[in-house]
Amino acid sequence: MRRLSVTILLSLITLGIFAQEDLMNIVNQSTPKEINYTTATFKSTRVMNGHSIERMQAGQLDVRISHRFETLNSGGYNFFGLDISYIHLGLEYGITNWLMVGVGRTEIDKTFDGFAKFSILRQSTGAKEMPVSVSAVTSVALKTLKFPDQNQTNYFTSRLAYVAQILVARKISEGFSVQLTPSYVHRNLVATELDPNDIFALGAGARLKLSKRVSLNGEYYYIANPKTYLSQQVYNPLSVGFDIETGGHVFQLFFTNSRGVIEKQFLGETTGSWKKGDIHFGFNISRVFTLKKHLKSPNY
Amino acid sequence: MKRIFLLAFFLNIVFAVNGQKYMTKNGFIGFYSHTPMEDIKADNNQVVGVLDISTGEMVFQALIKSFHFDRALMEEHFNENYMESDKFPKSLFKGKITNLASVDFSKTGTYDVTVEGDLTIRDVKNKISTKGTIEVVNGDINANSKFNIVPEDYKITIPGVVRDKFDKSMAVTVTMKYTPITAK
Repeated sequence: MRRLSVTILLSLITLGIFAQEDLMNIVNQSTPKEINYTTATFKSTRVMNGHSIERMQAGQLDVRISHRFETLNSGGYNFFGLDISYIHLGLEYGITNWLMVGVGRTEIDKTFDGFAKFSILRQSTGAKEMPVSVSAVTSVALKTLKFPDQNQTNYFTSRLAYVAQILVARKISEGFSVQLTPSYVHRNLVATELDPNDIFALGAGARLKLSKRVSLNGEYYYIANPKTYLSQQVYNPLSVGFDIETGGHVFQLFFTNSRGVIEKQFLGETTGSWKKGDIHFGFNISRVFTLKKHLKSPNY
Repeated sequence: MKRIFLLAFFLNIVFAVNGQKYMTKNGFIGFYSHTPMEDIKADNNQVVGVLDISTGEMVFQALIKSFHFDRALMEEHFNENYMESDKFPKSLFKGKITNLASVDFSKTGTYDVTVEGDLTIRDVKNKISTKGTIEVVNGDINANSKFNIVPEDYKITIPGVVRDKFDKSMAVTVTMKYTPITAK
């Protein structure tokens, strides 16, 4: 009889522990370990002048209007450079979630440009750990200015320049991201023997989030080659400014020593120097439209 | 000695079947807001839920990043600006069926229930009470409910500039198709 009561007591204790197994534990064990991809390393597809690892997802169109004004040291009569502006218009589209293409046109040298950006790796935590995001950009620029000397044989290929870049970025914390951008520019025809056809540069960019929608961005490219452009000294482009995101728009407002907007122009053709006050105020406006929707929602 | 263990074993099985738990890993939660300016709609088909029919307790957990929108940009803003899902990756509901006695889980049929519990979003816990239905069919249990939540109740700040794009409250729909967890 005593043995039976001990048995029953043991069983009750065992089943008590069993029944107390928290529903919460079952839920936590069953929640699948997902790959947590890092999003919003930067607020837009450009750090300032140069590309960031951010891309347009499939079906998204980015309309970009970029202005660079003349230099602040133009004086008060020229309203500190605001009287003259250089414009770049661009249309950029995500073909797939990892391939984005863009076309653009700038009045500087009447240049058309096109690029493709491949998203190769995405920073992630969770089921798969990847410390950085990596993308590759390849672009071509076509100068359409009339050749200065119409009497000599002029080649179409002389108008072309190519750029290849690898972008490596890491979102270090919610508020701070960095990116390294080794870059290569090849210009088919340069003005003098002193101007290099090939330019090697290393870019470094960073952004510091100041609030949910505003960040402070900086970008610097170190150009390795001997540097002249049209017999002028070429300087490394440095840009500092703010990104302001409002719903579908991102406004990038900044100061830079480059007049050109595309890689081929700000890498190797920047003749302005911060020390001398050749500082341009510039802005990029980006507006994203969703052309293709993804989800087929059930009606509810 | 052997008889004692056999008896203990059988007793455990008998009581274990009575504490039957049901689970799903693909529960559905969707939310919807309609205004003349904009429709906002998102689906999550990876909700993990557990239901204990002996106590009427239910728990479900949804990862914020598993809510999918038809517009990628909207999904990015949802995670980055509104939900801050890197800081608050999960949302949780812990509650129970208050009129458990009116549900007969062994009989096929549809039963109206009232569920009360705590909903935690962005680490803010609010008590909610809602009506729903429990449908018992072929040994599985389907639970459905619709209720409204106000974003500001969970410290989700919507800037004044875009407040008109959102309805005052979001209409939430929950559809869980539970299957029994086999006894351990």
